[in-house]
Order: sequence, then C-alpha cells, then structure tokens
Amino acid sequence: MPESTVAAARAESYFAESYFHTYSVVGLVAVVGVLFVAVAFAAGHLLRPVAPTREKMLTYECGVDPVGEGWAQTQIRYYVYAFLYVIFAVDAIYLFPWATVFAAPGFGGTTLVEMFVFIGFLAVGLLYAWKKGVLEWT
Amino acid sequence: MDSTLDVVLRLVAVLVVFLVLPLVVGQTEHKVMAHMQGRLGPMYAGGFHGWAQLVADGVKFAQKEDVVPAAADRRVFQLAPAVALLPYLLVLIAIPVGPHGFVGEAVDAGLFFVLAVMGVGVLGSLMAGWASANKFSLLGGVRTAAQLMAYEVPMLLTAASVAMAAGTVSLPGILDAFHWWWIPWQIVGGLVFFTAGLAELQRPPFDMPVADSEIIFGAYTEYTGLRFALFLLAEYAGIVVLCALTAVLFLGGWHGPMSGSLGWLWTLVKTGLLAFVVIWLRVSYPRLREDQLQKLAWTILIPLSLAQIALTGVVKVVIS
Repeated sequence: MPESTVAAARAESYFAESYFHTYSVVGLVAVVGVLFVAVAFAAGHLLRPVAPTREKMLTYECGVDPVGEGWAQTQIRYYVYAFLYVIFAVDAIYLFPWATVFAAPGFGGTTLVEMFVFIGFLAVGLLYAWKKGVLEWT
Repeated sequence: MDSTLDVVLRLVAVLVVFLVLPLVVGQTEHKVMAHMQGRLGPMYAGGFHGWAQLVADGVKFAQKEDVVPAAADRRVFQLAPAVALLPYLLVLIAIPVGPHGFVGEAVDAGLFFVLAVMGVGVLGSLMAGWASANKFSLLGGVRTAAQLMAYEVPMLLTAASVAMAAGTVSLPGILDAFHWWWIPWQIVGGLVFFTAGLAELQRPPFDMPVADSEIIFGAYTEYTGLRFALFLLAEYAGIVVLCALTAVLFLGGWHGPMSGSLGWLWTLVKTGLLAFVVIWLRVSYPRLREDQLQKLAWTILIPLSLAQIALTGVVKVVIS
C-alpha cells in the first residue's frame, strides 16, 4: 500500500511539474510577444514624423465634418443570436471532458445514448428558435 | 543549462515562423490573386517578380505618421492592434509540426487552449471598433461581434468531434491516434471547421466586418502606419494558424509517406495548400450579407456539426 501511495504521489508531482513547465513556456511566449510589440512601437516612435493638425485629428467620415457623436446608437439586431450563442457555447464546453472518456472501457453504449439525449436537447432548442423565426431577418 | 537553451531556441523559432510565414502567405496572395484575375501583381520591388513588395510595404508603414483621432479613446485605441495580434503568436507554440515531439510545447489541453486563445484575438477588433469613436468603426466592431457568435459554436463542436475520435484533447496526442480513414470520417467536420475559421479571420466571403465598399475598413478605418500594419499581420498570421490547425485536426498533420523524416514538410505542405484555398475563395466568391452568415451558421453549419458529432460517437463506440 505505502509503495503505491508513493508512486501515485510521484506521478502527481511529475504531472504538476510538466503542467507548470508547459504553461511557463506559454507565458514566456506571451512575454516575447509583448516585447516584440513594444520594440515595434518604440522603433515606430523614433522613425515616424509627428505633425498633427486639427483637421487630421478629426474623425473620418468620408471627408465631410463628422455629424453627431461617433458612439452613435444603432439597432443591435444580434442580441437574440447572443442568447443562443451563450447557451450553445456553454453546452459545447461540456462536450470536451466527455469526449475524452466516452469510448474508454466501462463506458460505451450508455454514455453514447446520454450524448444523443444531450445533442437532442440542443437540436430541439435550435429548431424552436428556427420555428420562432429568430434566425431570419427578411 | 541545456533545457534553458532548448526553451530559448523554441521561442526564437516560434517568433521567426510568426514573422515569416504570414509574409509568405501575403506575397502568395498578391501573386495568386493577380494571376487568377489575369494581371501580373507586384513586379518591381526587389527585382525578381516583386518578391520584396511586403518588405517595402513594411518600410512604408513604419515611416507613416501615427494618427489618433481627437475623439478616440486613446489608450484602448493604441492597444488594440497588440491584442489582435498576440493570440496567434501564442497559438503557434502549441501546434505540432512533426512526429516525436516536434512541437513548440506540448500543451496537455492543447485543443482547448488553442480555441480559447484564438477567441481573444476578436477582442482586438472590438476594442478598435469601439475606441475609434467613428461610426464606420463602430458598425465594423458590432459586425465582428455578431460574426463571433456565428462561427464560434460550429468551430467548438467540430473540434469536439475530433477530440472524441482521438479520445484526447492534446494536439500531439490527436496526431498519434490518427489513421488515414479519419479524413473521410471527419470530412464534414473539417469543412465546417474551415468555413467557420474563415469567418473568424473575416476573410471573403465573410468579410462584412471590413467591407470596404460599405463601411470603409470597419474597425480599422482610423488606423494608420504601424498599428494598421499589425492588424494586417494579425490577419495573415490568422490564416497560417487556421490552416495549420485544420491540417493537424482533420488532415493528419505530419502523417504521410516518409513521415518519420519528412513529417514537418507534410505539415507545411498541407498548411500551404489550405492557405491557397483561402486565397482562392477570396477571388471566387462575393461577400455574404451579415444575416446571410448568421443563417448559414445556425441553419447549416451547426446542424452539420451536431450530425458529425453523432456520427463520430456511433463509429467510435462500434469500433472500440
């Protein structure tokens, strides 16, 4: 018993080590990227001319003076899609942990049926939205 | 000491790939588009068939004045290009190039990591669109957001289908489990993934967020010089990442004849062919309307990807 516990602890520490190693390399890539952008911006700062005028700083609106505010109010038609999206995206996340084990020994048919129930729910939801006409504008 | 050197080499390699491959794709696009449209494309810069055109463009961008509109939200406006660009650099480290651990860094939850980080890039466009305080930019930003909702779900679902087939979410693990018959088995998922990826990159026929004939250049309307160049680099880096990812997930990545020694070449060839298709589609198809994209995504792509998941599940349980 103690031996297997030791082995398990060892395996666990190995996993933890490789986990932290992996993500510290990823972090280093992020640092390299930030450095790249910083160097590019600094070099650009040294190279480019600076000659601002009032007209140049105006908001671009096809050459005429801008009308009203830039943060204009528009009709956001997409909000229904946003609801649908949140539902589907959250559901899709649950598929990944399931996907890695469902065909492993001891799972098989039952787990698959469960997935069909899951997909069935998604499909019915989509059909409902479709029937309600939220997927069409015209 | 050795492992430090190893990590440094990997970082340098990723940065070099990140800076070179997008330029190769860009130059190829100039030439391929030109020939498909019966013209020559750039011929002057560098002497031989205008090979240095993009270098010349870079020099031009670096010398241009950096204009930030007076009405804009200055900090967010200036930061947006970096947010759009860096996720693609991060993703590159996790993409396997060849067998036997030829990968920047084997991330355990690679597939998950890649999809999550790629989603961040869109924030750059949103920041640009909102911070510009320009009506065209705002419309472009809102269209970008709407597009995100259209493509993200089919992309996630088809990626989940590959994870089901392989029984792992590690990208090298997926390739180790790959067999040639996965290609016909996952073909529908592959097509959906690639189409959704085109929408993420805002490439034609899904380029309504930057539709130049309607809203100037969408979220990037107010940008000049270097910051504009970074947005362009982000687009082409995105093409490289999407094509590499499609090749790894659906076309077997480094698998092919003599993959033991030439695996990296197979990855490059498959990525290159897909990038060619991306360019080809740009030349061939007119732009969709925003609601047509939504309709395509919700009534065709998502049902197809759900069907693909069902197919994958049944086949996988039957053969195991």
